[in-house]
Amino acid sequence: MHGVFDIVGPIMIGPSSSHTAGACRLGLMSRAILGSQPFTATIELVGSFAATYRGHGTDRAIIAGLLGMSPEDERLPHAFDIAQEMGLTYSFIPVRKSGVHPNTAIIRLTDKDGHTVRVEGASVGGGNIMITELDGFRLELSGTLPSIIIAHLDRPGVIANITHLIAEAGGNIASVRDIREKRGQTALVVIEMDDELPPVYVERIASSRHILTAFTVPKL
Amino acid sequence: MYDFSTIAELTAEAEKAGLPISSIVISREANESQKTYDEVVAQMRHSWHTMKDAIDKGINNPQKSVSGLTGGDAPKIYSMLNASAGKSYLGELACCACAGAVAVAEVSAGMGRIVACPTAGSCGIVPGALYAAHRYKIKNDEPIVRSLFTAAGFGMIIDEMACIAGAEGGCQAECGTAAAMAAAALTELAGGNPEAVAHAAALALKNLLGLACDPVAGLVEVPCIKRNGFIAVHALTASDMAISGIRSVIPPDEVVMAMKEIGDQLPLALKETAGGGLAATPTGRRLKEQIFGKQTE
Repeated sequence: MHGVFDIVGPIMIGPSSSHTAGACRLGLMSRAILGSQPFTATIELVGSFAATYRGHGTDRAIIAGLLGMSPEDERLPHAFDIAQEMGLTYSFIPVRKSGVHPNTAIIRLTDKDGHTVRVEGASVGGGNIMITELDGFRLELSGTLPSIIIAHLDRPGVIANITHLIAEAGGNIASVRDIREKRGQTALVVIEMDDELPPVYVERIASSRHILTAFTVPKL
Repeated sequence: MYDFSTIAELTAEAEKAGLPISSIVISREANESQKTYDEVVAQMRHSWHTMKDAIDKGINNPQKSVSGLTGGDAPKIYSMLNASAGKSYLGELACCACAGAVAVAEVSAGMGRIVACPTAGSCGIVPGALYAAHRYKIKNDEPIVRSLFTAAGFGMIIDEMACIAGAEGGCQAECGTAAAMAAAALTELAGGNPEAVAHAAALALKNLLGLACDPVAGLVEVPCIKRNGFIAVHALTASDMAISGIRSVIPPDEVVMAMKEIGDQLPLALKETAGGGLAATPTGRRLKEQIFGKQTE
């Protein structure tokens, strides 16, 4: 059962929990994955997002999230002006794509240092989101808990080593979801934690054998 | 520890403990979220202030919606309290509930800050009804804050047993749930026992069964905003009925199940897809074209 503040709440900028609050959180999550202030953003909108984004302020909400604003931030409607002040250039492209959730956005970001990220995710209702693809890897990331995202080679013992390090840090795992692209090649694991893993342990995971990259994403 | 998954269980817990439903819901929430009773109440106090701020903004500083389709109706209804009071059939309290509900819904459509209750589309109903009760009956904020937990308890159960999203169950699920929540809160505030509170919720929901979700252009504006105003008054009616001793012939949990069943049977065109009803009228289609331009489907 949902909690009291899921029903009387969230506090948010209107008009739509899925098309505004959820859209903002997709932006916030993409920013968290990039790990820095985005410099350019190309946002493809699919389905209902593509059809109604202007009327629901979906575009402003995504930009607000990319700038680090929460769904209840009253600056959200002015996100375009703030983006200009902060030097974020962006474009929105309505696209057709089948087989995805009707409220899907594909967000490509670049930061000042040239780091890029491609995040695909959907607003799944009530302001909740699900990130479904990251740089071509499939994953499931909801942002309801602090998470660790790890790209690794598909080899025996890799997950055991990761969970061992988390245990050593005293961290408690809420969920683990590992999806590999092909046997023996690469895979992406998302580990949801009760509390954030200390950076030193993230470093240790990142520098372990068969690990391509490891980073944390805070709870939204 | 208190727990409940049906209205019958929630009512029974409250009766057994000799406590109002709000107390049961607060205790459960404190336990589930590992917070103190006072912390949970403080969080709700913040939500109530956010609701009141939205009402104030919608009445005193009205804005057009993003689409330009709506905005500015709250002050009109509010004027029935003063300038046109002599012509009002509803009277001050009900007019105030209606104006408060429309105000919050308009603030939401204008990209202002609101509390989803239970959704953004139905965000005016509970605040409008409680604002009227606050202004004319219960001056102290604390009982109002507590009553929001009663509202939440019913929303949680309906969400769990059926659904609260228009896209899933039609407007009966969204505004119907908000009506049940508002009616329950009002009835507890008016001194109703847990049974009366449960029946107020049932009466309010029952009378909205079958309501379609057919907003013009798929936007949360037409008919949603005015509907928030209507349903805030609807909740007052349900509370008065329950306090007077009227009971729903169909028990509250069965009414919720009926809502779910009707929701499952509603065609997709009437579940927030803008494919039927008001959205599909000639004017509805024309407005959509006006807002979004011609779509090449």
